[in-house]
Amino acid sequence: MARVIMKGNEAIAKAAIVGGCRYFMGYPITPQNEIPEYLSRELPKVGGTFIQAESEVAAINMVYGAGASGARVMTSSSSPGIALKQEGIGYLVHGEVPAVIVSMMRGGPALGTIQPAQSDYFQAKYGGSNGDKHLPVLIPGNIQEAVDAVKYAFEMADHYRHPVIVCCDGLIGQMMEPVDFDHPVEIKSKQDPTEWALGCSKPGTRNFIYGISDDAPDCERRNIKNFEGKYAEMAATEARWEEYMIDDAEYAMVGYGTTARILRTAVQELRKEGIKIGLIRPKTAWPFPEAPFLNPNIKKFIVGEMSMGQMVEDVKLACGDKSKVAFYGRCGGMIPTPEEFIDYAKKVIGGAN
Amino acid sequence: MSTVIFKKPEGLSDRKLHYCPGCAHGIVHRLVAECVAELGQVDDAIITAPVGCSVFIPNYFNYDTIHCAHGRAPATATGIKRVHPDKLVITYQGDGDLASIGTAEIVHCAARGENITTVFINNGIYGMTGGQMAPTTLPGMKATTCQSGRDVKVNGNPIRVCEMLATLDGPVYIERVSVDSAPNVIKAKKAIKKALECQMKGLGYSFVEVVSSCPTNWGMTPVKAMEFVREKMIPYYPLGVYKDLTEEAK
Repeated sequence: MARVIMKGNEAIAKAAIVGGCRYFMGYPITPQNEIPEYLSRELPKVGGTFIQAESEVAAINMVYGAGASGARVMTSSSSPGIALKQEGIGYLVHGEVPAVIVSMMRGGPALGTIQPAQSDYFQAKYGGSNGDKHLPVLIPGNIQEAVDAVKYAFEMADHYRHPVIVCCDGLIGQMMEPVDFDHPVEIKSKQDPTEWALGCSKPGTRNFIYGISDDAPDCERRNIKNFEGKYAEMAATEARWEEYMIDDAEYAMVGYGTTARILRTAVQELRKEGIKIGLIRPKTAWPFPEAPFLNPNIKKFIVGEMSMGQMVEDVKLACGDKSKVAFYGRCGGMIPTPEEFIDYAKKVIGGAN
Repeated sequence: MSTVIFKKPEGLSDRKLHYCPGCAHGIVHRLVAECVAELGQVDDAIITAPVGCSVFIPNYFNYDTIHCAHGRAPATATGIKRVHPDKLVITYQGDGDLASIGTAEIVHCAARGENITTVFINNGIYGMTGGQMAPTTLPGMKATTCQSGRDVKVNGNPIRVCEMLATLDGPVYIERVSVDSAPNVIKAKKAIKKALECQMKGLGYSFVEVVSSCPTNWGMTPVKAMEFVREKMIPYYPLGVYKDLTEEAK
């Protein structure tokens, strides 16, 4: 299919429908409103259901009900709205309910700003709901990747019976780019809904979505039985990243989302000056790709983010030597320029030599 | 040759109830199960568990079940019903769950006219956590967080949920009942059955409040607790039909 020019939020919404999503529950918040607006218009045309919930809390709990009933369901929100959804995300995890959550990050904390940011990396990855858990988080770098991420997130959600988060800085939602909705993504195996989903149980049997355990041994047993295996599978197979000009590099810029595009420009400019530098762009926040940070040729990992420093913590853990990691970020909705990264990189590299 | 004249309704499990002596949950569980069975819906019923004493509902009902976050059952049930419009979806909630932490969810579920049924147990106390003040604790009634009795100037006023929801256009049937006596148990069953029939006919949201007791946290014997229901609770929460848009009511 030919590529079409589309705004990121609308492309994400359309990708959900292409990916088989037929239920969406959400609540208005900038900068992601085009997602619910598009789906309110387009979902009924394919026999789907859109509900504008009374709150973010209600929206995620409607998602919990629809996902528990075996449907492909999505919600989307932005930073303070995702904060409100945390309780429901914990129930999705514990109940092993598939769902896709799009987080379109804006400046924070609190209401913050409506401008783009990457300060909810921790929020997406660790969440605010209680209990041991991991949340798979896809962090696309452009609109095509966001479309692919949404489609693949539904595959992951059904395969693992787990919520999956697609986490974008607000720029990805607000800008326009050409996209191809037929771009293939890996199709994963699914669990039989008659074995687990509400309203799907075979006659004489019943399906039961758990939120509480009878006692502590039961809770521990359930955690180990239900989660250890799938977290290990995700950790082993779902980490994604892209490398650019890394082959001969002595230094690496590190960033994701829109920031990685700015860093790419910075890398190109620094290369013109003869500096052997490349770019490592993680495409998943959890599981975080560790392999590119074990590259012994890299003297310094120079991390750039639209935050006060969140992914940088993962880079330090992955490379195992925090003295090799430097950080430059802008926050609160401010977008760094290539020049800022170039100047910062030169300072770091000058100090390293 | 013996004849069975009384048996456990289909859809209730053999698991021993964990409720305290004199608690009305057991009666209401049975009424719900009897109604679902009599309506031939045992294989098509989905019941949501709240947070509170009835959190272990999935142990007792052999339907598809789900544990909901505190107060969020009406939202979760909305998601379930939209996916399975032909299933019988029931939320079973206590007063802390429904009338305090889940106020927004119940009001908007009712306002949307979701085609589900809610059974609301109002015993004026947080039972599971040990007797704290509920949104429905009566003025003057003692609880562990209002130990001298609820002072409305300090603790605010109780909420009458049936009256509040009856102001909305969404619900089709709202009734308040009690299970303090045999005649009232029969009336309660009739109300629950009618509420479920409303859903089966696709008429919209139906709601049955059961004025109930909590002997343990009220510090009373089961018999005294039922007297308290009659003498104190029912005068504040009058029994009756608060809304009925069904054909037979016209």
